[in-house]
Amino acid sequence: MNRTWVTPGGVHPPENKHQSMTQQIGSLPIPDKLVIPLSQHIGAAAAACVEVGQHVLKGQLIAEAAGVVSIPMHAPTSGTISAIEHRPIAHASGMLAPCIEITSDGADSWIEHQGISDYEHTSPEKLLEIVANAGITGMGGAGFPSAVKLNPGRQRPIDTLIINATECEPYITADDSAIRERAGEIVDGIKILSAILGHPHNILIGIEDNKPEAIAALQPHVESTGISIVVFPTKYPSGGEKQLIYILTGKELPAGKLPADLGMVCINIGTTYAIKRAVIDGEPLISRVTTVTGEAVGTQRNYDVLIGTPVSHLLAHNQFDQERCSRVIMGGPMMGFSLPSAEVPVVKTTNCILAPSYAEIPEDEPAQPCIRCGMCAEACPVSLLPQQLFWYAQAQDHDRLEAHNLFDCIECGACSYVCPSNIPLVQYYRSAKGEIRQAHDEKIRSDHARERFEFHKARIEQAEQEKEAKRAARREAAQQAKSATATNGSSGGSSAADIIAAAQARAAAKQASPEDQRAKLERTIAATEQRLQLAEEKLAEAVASNSDKQSVFSAAVENTRQKLEQSKSKLAELAE
Amino acid sequence: MIELISQQPIFAALIAMVGLSILFGGLLGYAAEKFKVEGDPIVEQIDELLPQTQCGQCGFPGCRPYAQSIADGDAINKCPPGGQATINALANLLGVPAPELDQEHGQESEVKTVAYIREDECIGCTKCIQACPVDAILGAAKLMHTVIADECTGCDLCVEPCPVDCIDMLPVEETIADWKWSTPAKPGQMIATDRRGELGSNTVQEDAA
Repeated sequence: MNRTWVTPGGVHPPENKHQSMTQQIGSLPIPDKLVIPLSQHIGAAAAACVEVGQHVLKGQLIAEAAGVVSIPMHAPTSGTISAIEHRPIAHASGMLAPCIEITSDGADSWIEHQGISDYEHTSPEKLLEIVANAGITGMGGAGFPSAVKLNPGRQRPIDTLIINATECEPYITADDSAIRERAGEIVDGIKILSAILGHPHNILIGIEDNKPEAIAALQPHVESTGISIVVFPTKYPSGGEKQLIYILTGKELPAGKLPADLGMVCINIGTTYAIKRAVIDGEPLISRVTTVTGEAVGTQRNYDVLIGTPVSHLLAHNQFDQERCSRVIMGGPMMGFSLPSAEVPVVKTTNCILAPSYAEIPEDEPAQPCIRCGMCAEACPVSLLPQQLFWYAQAQDHDRLEAHNLFDCIECGACSYVCPSNIPLVQYYRSAKGEIRQAHDEKIRSDHARERFEFHKARIEQAEQEKEAKRAARREAAQQAKSATATNGSSGGSSAADIIAAAQARAAAKQASPEDQRAKLERTIAATEQRLQLAEEKLAEAVASNSDKQSVFSAAVENTRQKLEQSKSKLAELAE
Repeated sequence: MIELISQQPIFAALIAMVGLSILFGGLLGYAAEKFKVEGDPIVEQIDELLPQTQCGQCGFPGCRPYAQSIADGDAINKCPPGGQATINALANLLGVPAPELDQEHGQESEVKTVAYIREDECIGCTKCIQACPVDAILGAAKLMHTVIADECTGCDLCVEPCPVDCIDMLPVEETIADWKWSTPAKPGQMIATDRRGELGSNTVQEDAA
């Protein structure tokens, strides 16, 4: 029996898990239209590699990973790409994001695919490539690309593989039901993970003691495999990565460090199933188990849902009662968020759709002032001081918020849950985190702008200096010329006569030698003779046709003849 | 000499004290030269807090000259792009009360804007390029210009010189990546005097009047 450690704080909200565990994992008819957001994960959004109107098969690649920390997307069913545009997605902001819409053809025909049964004799690099190409992200909530997590690099050898089967949040039973029904495949997935990570020493499945059936289902499959199931008391939030690592190993993950820095990798149990499907069956991640629960739906159970199925489709097939429903929440009641519309699609991280009645989860009561009772500090699983953080968040005192380790807050909501004044503490922290990040970004931008401004100033100054230098050089040259003429002037009498004489001298100098001049004149004479001949011909023509241009042509002939005589006389002068 | 010192302890004390003062004086003098801080560090600190828009709305040619002026005792409320947040930060740094923004220099805008050139209408005069303090406009004479939006500080210095008015200041659209949660409404006030906040502010105004 493995030893477990106890995390500080934590709460015990009503579990409400039994409602959705009465039936097995169900399946739904394929919706007419599926919407696949290009960003369902942490990192760069995938880049669409299909065109509108193109027919795709189930499992076909429709968007490629853009960079290392990114994942590809695949068609969840066969059909036609009917749109690539911005659509509402499952995000608390209610904003639109790029999505691919597939209109199903109802055939649900698979693309050709093939798995590897002999994963033990396949290189870890090859397995990792399969995981990356299957578009697998962490399916617990954050959605970090699994292939990146499983490739910590040589300098960080992994000795502990932790499988997170905690599922500590109320209402959610997706992992619980998956373990009960698919324990064998999950253990296969864990074995593949172990092979990828070079067979770490410890393989621990961390699971809370409120899932005895799941534990019993896993037990026979892990015998003599070196995998240990570690059961610990139920408490919210034990399923956080840092919390689970502490519970199972007693090691605290320092702020800003990754589990790989401690030689650990922590993977959600739902992800292990997806990895098994990818490697052994060759199927990319196109569906997941999602809990549909809450009193406002008629049937509360788990479904194997295609990624991209609209939430409204899920609700419509479960006798959803809009009248009774206070809000539709994606995720659990503690960490989930209200959906802006029921048209948003299920994504790779959607573990629960909660449609509670007004009695179940009432509207938020108005917040009262903080009475400094300290219950939040007792409940905090990270040992922060929520009341102080609240105080500084209100005052927007970013320095003190950071000094009180705001960024270690996992936003679990335990403090808000216990607060007798109903203060929405987590929302304060989220907003303060956003503001600090924004201020940080702006600081970087302003530093950058300063650099550019200073460079701009330096450039202008340099240009100005260069101009000034040129101007100075010109001034000097002018002055020199002036002084030179001044010295010439003093030796050669009156200036005006001098200048004229100098100009004549220059002109004379420019004139060519007598031979050149003669040649030039001879050329002129030849050309003029030719022109004269032409003009005489034209005049003769004009006379013959009795044209009114006779006078014009006779003048031209006269003119040319004069020029010819001038040139001839000049040539005679030159000969003398 | 030594005899005199040993007989008269007052001399020993004097010599020791004088010697020590010369030694430490020398050390301090050396340190002052060796570790001399170039420039005025307070100007650097003020410049760090200013938004670096380089818009000149404060009446100075850029953020740094205004920082210098603040260090020399100018008012800290002349920066509309920084707004109240910058004024508060400056007040905190300088240990003075934070005044409201001086409306004479402009109003704090709610949304961040960047310049956008309607490229069809641009005649390629390069006037905006010369006006841009951070070289964020690209183009050449008689060729179309465009703004590098990521580098634009939104100072709007390029808008006025444009002879064909083809530059717009457009608000920066929020994306999912930089969306943030809003701050919840303040919890109810329990203390009676806090609840009468309006009354309190009225009396303050009356006092001021």
